[in-house]
Amino acid sequence: MSLLQITDLHAAVDEVEILKGISLTVNPGEVHAIMGPNGSGKSTLAQVLAGHPSYEVTGGSVTLDGEDLLEMEAEERAWAGVFLAFQYPVEIPGVTNAYFLRQAYNEIRKARGLDEIDPIDFIDLLEEKLKVVEWGPEIMERAVNFGFSGGEKKRNEILQMAVLEPKLAILDETDSGLDIDALRIVANGVNRLRRPDSATIVVTHYQRLLNFIVPDYVHVLAGGRIIRSGGKELALELEEKGYEWLTGPEAAVAS
Amino acid sequence: MSSSVEQLVNREYKYGFITDIEAESAPPGLSEETVRFISAKKQEPEWLLEWRLKAYRRWLEMTEPHWPNVTYTPVDYQAITYYSAPKTAKPLGSLDEVDPKLLETYEKLGIPLSEQKLLAGVAVDAIFDSVSVGTTFKETLAKAGVIFCSFGEAVREHPELVRKYLGSVVPANDNFFAALNSAVFSDGSFVFVPKGVQCPMELSTYFRINAANTGQFERTLIVAEEGASVSYLEGCTAPKRDENQLHAAVVELVALDDARIKYSTVQNWYAGDDEGKGGIYNFVTKRGKAAHRAKISWTQVETGSAITWKYPSVILQGDDSVGEFYSVAVTNGRQQADTGTKMIHLGRNSRSTIVSKGISAGQGQNSYRGLVQIMPNAEGSRNYTQCDSMLIGNRCGAHTFPYIDVRNSTSDVEHEASTSKIGEDQIFYCKARGLNTEHAISVIVNGFCKEVFRELPMEFAVEAQKLLGVSLEGSVG
Ligand SMILES: Nc1ncnc2c1ncn2[C@@H]1O[C@H](COP(=O)(O)OP(=O)(O)OP(=O)(O)O)[C@@H](O)[C@H]1O
Ligand SMILES: [Mg+2]
Repeated sequence: MSLLQITDLHAAVDEVEILKGISLTVNPGEVHAIMGPNGSGKSTLAQVLAGHPSYEVTGGSVTLDGEDLLEMEAEERAWAGVFLAFQYPVEIPGVTNAYFLRQAYNEIRKARGLDEIDPIDFIDLLEEKLKVVEWGPEIMERAVNFGFSGGEKKRNEILQMAVLEPKLAILDETDSGLDIDALRIVANGVNRLRRPDSATIVVTHYQRLLNFIVPDYVHVLAGGRIIRSGGKELALELEEKGYEWLTGPEAAVAS
Repeated sequence: MSSSVEQLVNREYKYGFITDIEAESAPPGLSEETVRFISAKKQEPEWLLEWRLKAYRRWLEMTEPHWPNVTYTPVDYQAITYYSAPKTAKPLGSLDEVDPKLLETYEKLGIPLSEQKLLAGVAVDAIFDSVSVGTTFKETLAKAGVIFCSFGEAVREHPELVRKYLGSVVPANDNFFAALNSAVFSDGSFVFVPKGVQCPMELSTYFRINAANTGQFERTLIVAEEGASVSYLEGCTAPKRDENQLHAAVVELVALDDARIKYSTVQNWYAGDDEGKGGIYNFVTKRGKAAHRAKISWTQVETGSAITWKYPSVILQGDDSVGEFYSVAVTNGRQQADTGTKMIHLGRNSRSTIVSKGISAGQGQNSYRGLVQIMPNAEGSRNYTQCDSMLIGNRCGAHTFPYIDVRNSTSDVEHEASTSKIGEDQIFYCKARGLNTEHAISVIVNGFCKEVFRELPMEFAVEAQKLLGVSLEGSVG
């Protein structure tokens, strides 16, 4: 069975339709890259999958492991194993990273009928996961994303992902704004977390990330639709020819 | 903002029940007769009656202040009952003799008074309407030389101390509400910590308004002699009633040389209903006087009351004295709060810190009003003020009125202010990590208040977090 099944998904914000019929099948173990011009709806798709209340689903269906995802509250989706690495991670002053992550970790455990983790055991777990993003423990005492640089915020998202071990990770431009070392760290993190039973959707503008995280499929989103899907070579082709190649006047008529 | 967020902040008021108990009351209205009635009821000495009457006469000449940024239906001072005491209260008896109904009331409020269930490490004075129903751990404290009793008892047992310090920080004619309190105050707590003594436990007073149409006018006096230290906490609740009730308290703190007083408040008076009907008018005067190297610290978590009007202040009289004010004020529904502090620097190298966190939700209006005054002789003094407001939803308001008056050139005043909005995006971020909306708000609000909560005694920090709808396990520690 597919892990994620999106069928003819339509979504609107403030009555303006942004997603205009998206279909996508993601199987366990796969990595899908989504590319496309600015404003094409990539983040919208990511937010709709994560359950942001500002977006209204106006048609279609989404299932995760056969369960209706659209029926679930955002937190229920997290419990079910959906994780969105935000394009713009949010700051929460006064709440330490350690505390926040422990809350998240425990909520997900509770939803799965497990006991809360012992705070001491959690520290050990964190220590392990910090290695994934090559960070020392100091970061855990800082407030969530508060005063973090753009790159640090992205790295923090990967840390959260490492701790929460999602079934479906959606990375929304996690590579944007990263220096070359951070890019390698983030990509390594994602690769280390790949499991045969989980899948990743990577939203990116840059082919270079896909050298590190090699996708099984590449999809091009434009004007709220997937206008082309292919293998990893599609990303190279896009790099060479630009989106014009697909979204030019003829392409627009065709779609 | 989604309405679910607002509903969550609109928690049900848990303490709104009424205790059905026979009370002895003064007839409503205020006159010299009322003042004499109260004084006679309490078998007070002549000097205290005279003190009250003087205050009453001054009060007659004063007018209610209208400068706070709040609006409310005028108080009819002749409709209020100024004295109400449960008939069965035995202010002098042991706690075992207290009416079971009263013990039950406090138990329901989470304040067990019976011997077997006492809160470990915390001595409690329980005030019900106009009288104290009992004080716990008196013997333990007495061994350390600490006096902790109801105000009425202090007048009887330690008149010389009361006479020496009463009105020494907040004079009877200080302001309209303080004058009113001075005329009709009924009970309250008295604390005296002698020279060099560190009070061995937390002291706490729990105020409960029960009777209808009754005002509560308590008076608290805390004296820490040279080098003494004490930490004191007050908690307050009242039943749900449709009419507004007046609470006009006066708190005086006296910290002699090298003394330390930490005064914490967790205020949860009934706030009125969604339409703004009912609730407590909380018009309170709180002030401390710090001598050389003394330190006075106010920490308040204000979540209740329909109207709050209070400015716990410190007169930094001595050299190197320290004043602190840490405040969380929440206004929700139709609540209005105008609160802040005054730091009056008189001594050299005196220091003050103000951290104010205002949270407005629903149609709540939250004003911070603070005065930092550094007098010419207070050379080398410093103040740091941080004033943050958080808005939840679109219909509430936050306002700040900082007044700064520095009269010498060697002092330093620093003021920071911020306003933030608890956004859908913050909540969604938490939800996307598996926290439900309620949990998300509590985590966010708790983070916002962190600098204040960590000033509260441990037991009460937990209480305060719960009050804000925050889970127990928390960012404390
Ligand atoms: N909350 C919103 N209110 C109004 N318009 C919105 C909102 N969210 C998205 N949009 C609009 O929807 C369109 C798609 O936006 P989206 O953020 O999904 O694009 P994107 O593909 O992620 O772009 P980028 O590559 O720049 O990140 C844009 O035109 C955007 O302005
Ligand atoms: Mg985007």
